[in-house]
This record gives sequence, structure tokens and C-alpha cells, in this order.
Amino acid sequence: MLEIKNLKASINNKTILKGVSLSIKPGELHAIMGPNGSGKSTLANVLSGKDGYEIAGELNFKGESLKDVPVEKRAQKGIFLAFQYPLEIPGVNTNNFLKTSLNSLRKSKGEKELDSLAFLKLVKEKSSELGIDEKILSRQLNVGFSGGEKKKNEILQMKILDPNLSILDETDSGLDIDALKIVAKGVNSSRNSKKSFLVITHYQRLLDYIKPDFVHVLSDGKIIKTGCGELAEELEKTGYKKLN
Amino acid sequence: MKQQELEKVKEYKYGFTTDIESVKAPRGLSEEIIKFISKIKKEPKWMLDWRLKAYSRLKNIKEPNWQKPKYPKINYQDLYYYSAPKSTNEKPKSLDDVDPKLIETYKKLGIPLKEQEKLAGVAVDAVFDSVSVATTFKDKLTEKGIIFCPISEAIQKHPELVKKYLGSVIPITDHYFATLNSAVFTDGSFVYIPKNVRCPMELSTYFRINASETGQFERTLIIADKGSYVSYLEGCTAPMRDENQLHAANVELIALDDAEIKYSTVQNWYPGDENGKGGIYNFVTKRGACRGKNSKISWTQVETGSAITWKYPSCILQGDNSVGEFYSIAITNNHQKADTGTKMIHLGKNTKSKIISKGISAGKADNTYRGLVDINKKALNSRNYTQCDSLLMGNKCGAHTIPYIKNKNSSSIVEHEATTSKINEEQLYYCNQRGLNQEEAVGLIVNGFCKEVLQQLPMEFAVEAQKLVGISLEGSVG
Repeated sequence: MLEIKNLKASINNKTILKGVSLSIKPGELHAIMGPNGSGKSTLANVLSGKDGYEIAGELNFKGESLKDVPVEKRAQKGIFLAFQYPLEIPGVNTNNFLKTSLNSLRKSKGEKELDSLAFLKLVKEKSSELGIDEKILSRQLNVGFSGGEKKKNEILQMKILDPNLSILDETDSGLDIDALKIVAKGVNSSRNSKKSFLVITHYQRLLDYIKPDFVHVLSDGKIIKTGCGELAEELEKTGYKKLN
Repeated sequence: MKQQELEKVKEYKYGFTTDIESVKAPRGLSEEIIKFISKIKKEPKWMLDWRLKAYSRLKNIKEPNWQKPKYPKINYQDLYYYSAPKSTNEKPKSLDDVDPKLIETYKKLGIPLKEQEKLAGVAVDAVFDSVSVATTFKDKLTEKGIIFCPISEAIQKHPELVKKYLGSVIPITDHYFATLNSAVFTDGSFVYIPKNVRCPMELSTYFRINASETGQFERTLIIADKGSYVSYLEGCTAPMRDENQLHAANVELIALDDAEIKYSTVQNWYPGDENGKGGIYNFVTKRGACRGKNSKISWTQVETGSAITWKYPSCILQGDNSVGEFYSIAITNNHQKADTGTKMIHLGKNTKSKIISKGISAGKADNTYRGLVDINKKALNSRNYTQCDSLLMGNKCGAHTIPYIKNKNSSSIVEHEATTSKINEEQLYYCNQRGLNQEEAVGLIVNGFCKEVLQQLPMEFAVEAQKLVGISLEGSVG
């Protein structure tokens, strides 16, 4: 699904990623942990194709290079990023945004656009599956949403857009236990042999609910350790410092 | 001018976009030209006298020059003041009698007159150049006693109404362009809604500038009698033209006791090319008088076209408890300039006004909101709320907010809020990540920014306007 080889990224002449290699196969869930400033969010941004970075190294998705592929085209190919800080867009109805988004993805795949009725049915189904109050969808996109509501909204979008690769950028940060469970449910219910996940987190807490196949520790722009689920628990006890 | 010259002029053939021959008065502004217009319109003497009075006034006043967007000096002697599609010399009895080429042009502009007759319940008084060529749905309106016709027809058929109200909101002694219009206006719409009648459909006029170098001087007069209601839509498109064209229309609204007028405009005239060459000068005077108690006038405008937009649709709140509203979206891109806003003149007690203005600047454009809230001594317990938001795209455009606020009594309250923001790169990134391309993302964000105003538009107009908002900003990002 995703092949990263010796990926380097710098912004304003400052190198953030210093050679990251990572391979995620269909059906796998990888977790990336690491201290503040280690480059976790940069990795998420670079994978999504955000502007402003100097990139070196290889980045392949479904066997194709992502070099010079703009953000929206990557999204259309099936990459989804759940934002750490979802943006507020005043005046834009959440449902309308989501419908526009879903239909532009469908259009790019040559599928028929969903009409309002079919879309609302889909939204109802997915939001009740996750236990998310539909009401937030009739509000302006993320405007006045609590931190928890914003993150839940991201997960609902992920469920509806149904991507091949979902990247969760610290989606668990600042969540209470109930919201955390919703996020976990959103991920777990989507897992199958075709879908891949890259879950970026600070804490082991989320990994109590989402069981990763692999855990990577990112520190100072490099993956310094890779292991299976237990690595996360170990880290929780010992901290990142010991690894350096 | 000699009679034979005028005859020659009538024969004057001028090939333009469609092959319809134009009847044209020669270039220039003079008493003879005004007499010619009046004659060709078969106007009564009082109307000609009125025009000439305006003309003599015009000779003694100067063009205003306090506005922000400057423009090259207009040579008024070099403009044509009358042109008409020749085929209307014999008035069409129905749409079938209309020149098929004319209908073809409308179709290109997306105004399927024939379909509109069946669809939507919109009556169209279409203005091609300066003469109204087709009026639909007349019967249905006549049943209710509603008059909706070209103003030239109203001058002949309803002189008592025209005499009473024409120039009662925009007097012929007003500013230069309004006075110019009074002297040379060619046609426009006339609407009268009788007492306690709710107009059963949206009334709509499509204006179009076609003949080259023809100043357009439309005149619209809408009267809502006691307890009546009307919603009027004005939409404009224009074909590509290189020369600057002056458009100086006058629109007068009169609302009597308990009456309501809603006037919506989507203006999309040729804005000039990317380098600022060509485009329409949109110098329009729009003013409404809430003359009766509890009356209401609401202006909604979506201004996306024209090289220069310079207009202030205003409300004179004379009647006690009357309400004035102004909702505006002004989009300027490339080299476009806009200086627009409103005037809310509070004269009656407990009068209320609300101003929501959304200005969007992109490219090298310049966008100014200029507005006056004037609460008179006797307008006790009046209220105004003003909100002006500006959105900038890129770093070569400008946005300005110039509010004038006069509150002359202590029982009234005025509120003014203003914001200026830049379109946020992170918002665009967020939309891109959800699969929207740059244009779609900009359209979405800008439509969100304008939402409060778009909501005011009648449904079928709102959809069109939303598309227009996106199209107007094409190529302004990325």
C-alpha cells in the first residue's frame, strides 16, 4: 500500500525528517509514537502532499510514485488524513462539505455522484454506527465544535469517504475516554484486509483500544525502533529517553 | 438636427453580435437627441418637459469625483443615447412574433424565455439594448391588478402613476449620473402592486448591453401600494466588448403603509480582460422610500461584473416603524474596482436598518465598502446594525471600509462590526485533503463567507449566484 524509502523533508531550511523508511501493506495498522518535535505531524503532512516542504527520497502509494502529485489527487487515490487540528470553515454546512467531498472522490473514480437522499442515508447509517449525534452535521464545519466533536467529525468523515489508507494525526489528543472509544470504534470497524492505517499518537492509551500490527518510534526525524504491540506498553513505562 | 438626418439615422445599419439592425440616434447629447428619444417613444409633452428640465439642470452640474476608483474622462458627446432592435418597430404580439435571432441571443445568455414561461412562474420583461421586446405572464398579473410593463408603456397608459412617483425618490436635481439618466433614459421596467395584493410570482428583468458604445440608461420604477408585497429580480450579463461602456441606471422604489419590496440583483457585466482593458462602468443610482408606516424595503445585491461598480442602493425610512435592509456581496478580481454600500436615512420613529456587506478582493482588484447611517433627530428609538466583512485573496488586492455614522438623538442605537481576513491556506489544504481541487475549495470557502447574503436571494437566483461566485474567482488562487 505505502512504501517510504529514506524520506527526507525540510521546511525553511530546517530538516525535520532525516531519512524515514516504512512499508505498510494492505490490512496493516501501524502506529507511530514519539516525543514532541520528533517529526510525527510532518510525516503526516508530507504523506498527504502538503505544500511548503523540500522532499527527498521515495514515496510510493499503491505502486505509484506520489512525487508531484497534489493534495487533492492523493486524496482521490485514497489517502485520508484525520487532522490534529481540524480547520473551521464558517458558513459551510458540514453535511454539504462532506457531500461535495464524497462526490468529488466518486467522480475521480468514474463513479456516479450520490444524490442528497442517498447521501443522507449513508450519513445516518455511519453516524449511528459510531454513536455520533447527527446534529453536528447540520452545523457549520467545525465552527464552535468542541475538541472532541472535531475529532469525532474527522472519524465520521473517514468512515464516509472510505479511504484505502487512513492517517490519524494525534486524533486521540485531548479526548475524554468516551470520545476515545468512538475514535477506536471508527478505526476498528473499518479494518479489513484491504485497508491500511497509520496512527500517530503520543500516548499508549489509544493503543489499548486499537491494536497495532507494528509500532515505530520516531525520534529526531528517524525511526529508531520498530516492534510489535508490546513496544508501546514498554514505552509507556520507560519513556522515550531510554531509547536514545 | 434636421429631420432628414434623423431619418438617415433611423436607416443607419450597424452590424453587431446578432444581425439585427439597430435604430440609432447619432452620437452626442443635445436637446435634439432628447426630443428624438421622446418622439420615438411617442411620449406626452409632460414627459418631454421633464426630460428637458433634467437636461438643463445637467448642464450646470459636474460629475462627482470623490469615489475611490478613478476612470478616464467620459466624452458624453461621443456616446450614443438611443438604439433599438429594428424588429420591434412593430411590436410583437407574443413571443412567437419576436425575431428568432433575438431569442437565439437570449438562449446563449442562458435566458430561455420560452421555457421560463412554462417553468418557475417568472414573468420576464426582457430589455435588449434599450427597448423592451417581450413581456410574459401579463395576463396572470393583470388578473390581480398588477401592472408590470416597460416604463415607456406606463408613461402612455398610466400617466397618473408615473407623474406622481417618477423622480419622487431620485429627483431630477440629484447627482450628475442620476440627472443624466432622467434626461435620456430609454426604457426599463414599471411595476405597480395594488393595495393588499401579494404578487404571486417573482418579477424579473434581464438587462443586456449589446450595441457597442451605447450608454445604457435604464429607468425602473416600482410602487407597492398599502399592504402589498413584491419581490423583484434583476439579472445582467453582457457579451465580450473592448470599449468601456457607461451604464447609469436609476431605480426608484416606493413602499406605502405596510408594504414590502424585495429587490435582488445579480450583476455580471463584462469586467474587462485580465489586464484591465475594457469592461462596463456600472454607475447606478438605486433608492427606495419607505414612505408609509410599517413598510419595508430590502436590497440584495451580488456584484461580480463590471470594470467599475459604483452604487449605493439606499433606503429612506420615512414611515414610523419602517425597515430598511441591505445585503451585499461585491467580488472584484483582476483589475476590477468597486465602491459600493448603502445609505440608511432614518426619519420616522422606531425605524430599523440592517446592513450586511461582504467584499471579496482577488488579483489586483480594489474593493471599498462605503455606507451612511443617518439617524435624524425625530427618528426616536431607531436602530441600525452594520456588519462589513472583507476577504482578501493574494497580496496585490485591496479592501477598504468607510462607514459614515450620524446619530442625532440619544434614544437610538447604532452598531457597527467589521472584519478583514485573508483566505486561509490551511483551510484550502483541509479542503484539498478531502479531494476538492483548488477552485472547488475556493468556491466553497467564499460561498461560506457570503452565506448570510446568499440566503436572502430567492431560490433559483441563489443557485445561479453561488455558481457565479466560484466562476468570478477562477484562477485567482494557485
